[in-house]
Amino acid sequence: MNRFGRILWRELHLALRYGGDTVAALLFFVLAGLLFPLAIGPEPKLLGTVAPGVVWVAALLAALLPLDRLFGADFEDGSLDLLLLSGLPAFAVAGAKALAHWLTTGLPLLLIAGPLAIMLRMPDAALPALLAGLLPGTLLLSLLGSTAAAVVLGARRGGVLLPLLVLPLAVPVLIFGAAAPAAAALGETARPELLLLSALLAASLPLCPIAAGAALRGAVG
Amino acid sequence: MLRAEAISAFRGERLVLRDLSFALAPGEALLLTGPNGSGKSTLLRLLAGLLRPEAGRLWWRDADALADPAEHATRLILVGHLDAVKPALTAAENLRLPGGDIAGALAALDLTRLGELPARMLSAGQKRRLALARLALAPVPLWLLDEPTLGLDAASVARFGTMLGAHRARGGMVIAATHLPLPLPDARELRLT
Repeated sequence: MNRFGRILWRELHLALRYGGDTVAALLFFVLAGLLFPLAIGPEPKLLGTVAPGVVWVAALLAALLPLDRLFGADFEDGSLDLLLLSGLPAFAVAGAKALAHWLTTGLPLLLIAGPLAIMLRMPDAALPALLAGLLPGTLLLSLLGSTAAAVVLGARRGGVLLPLLVLPLAVPVLIFGAAAPAAAALGETARPELLLLSALLAASLPLCPIAAGAALRGAVG
Repeated sequence: MLRAEAISAFRGERLVLRDLSFALAPGEALLLTGPNGSGKSTLLRLLAGLLRPEAGRLWWRDADALADPAEHATRLILVGHLDAVKPALTAAENLRLPGGDIAGALAALDLTRLGELPARMLSAGQKRRLALARLALAPVPLWLLDEPTLGLDAASVARFGTMLGAHRARGGMVIAATHLPLPLPDARELRLT
């Protein structure tokens, strides 16, 4: 097994042992989504209109939950030194961590977003566009989130700083992601929004790990 | 083989290492001594490539060691003052990063019986032994040790001494920061102030 695989295996193994973290994020996602019908009323047409936005905002907030511990635990127990001395460049370590975050948070959110959207009476025509947008969207959230988590590492009150850093960066993702199912619900094509999301992903895929790697090196130095 | 040339480093706002030079040949050991806060750990992290020196160079076989920190990391193992042991993983699973001869490494520090136990069940001394077991996973030329024997019983220190001896006989190098006597015969001493 190569070094990248070993780090990824370790992260997934740890996530499995601390299964509560993933379950907590998923429950938060579902509960946050369920609050909306209670607050704005069960009228199907209104709910169906706001459903894409609700699912996206809830996914964004749920993806934030485990970020605090993504590097924090490794930083405190000395494992971060071990990761950075594993022979991999720092950007690859950050990339493995971001991928682990997506596999343990983004992917489960993606799987459960469909049932939540149906529960919120989202029009059937919009569902494929929502899921197609969430695929690059959750990957983007993992990349942006892991970068911000690396940047706030070692800062006092990093947990408070983290959402303040991630949320503004995630605004374009949210806009295009929620616009795709809204367009599909009106019978239009969601192609431009999905392509823009993919373009954002293509830009973040190399940039975020490099920035996160530099931040990790700064944190241990 | 490893040569430090006029190295200076800051810790926060304070200059802890100033114009430090030394060289280490295969099989040699260097003890870092000095009072708390004299920069022993800083120097070890610097030699590991985790920290950039403010001035000076670090040479490895006449090449700049810190030019590629990832490649430099493959030549060394750092056992810091934190054990880097994940409580949720078993002792054996904890050794899968960096990976290597896990059974042999557990045996080297008499941890074979505890291999399948979650690391949270281990005592402080056993965790320290698990951290030291990383040294036995695969042969690397340079061992950087920060207070390696803190919390170890006499039998474990003796076992660790055997590991150190075998490592040096293979031509390996050891740099250790310590306040306790270490089983490193004829080690040179570098006193930091």
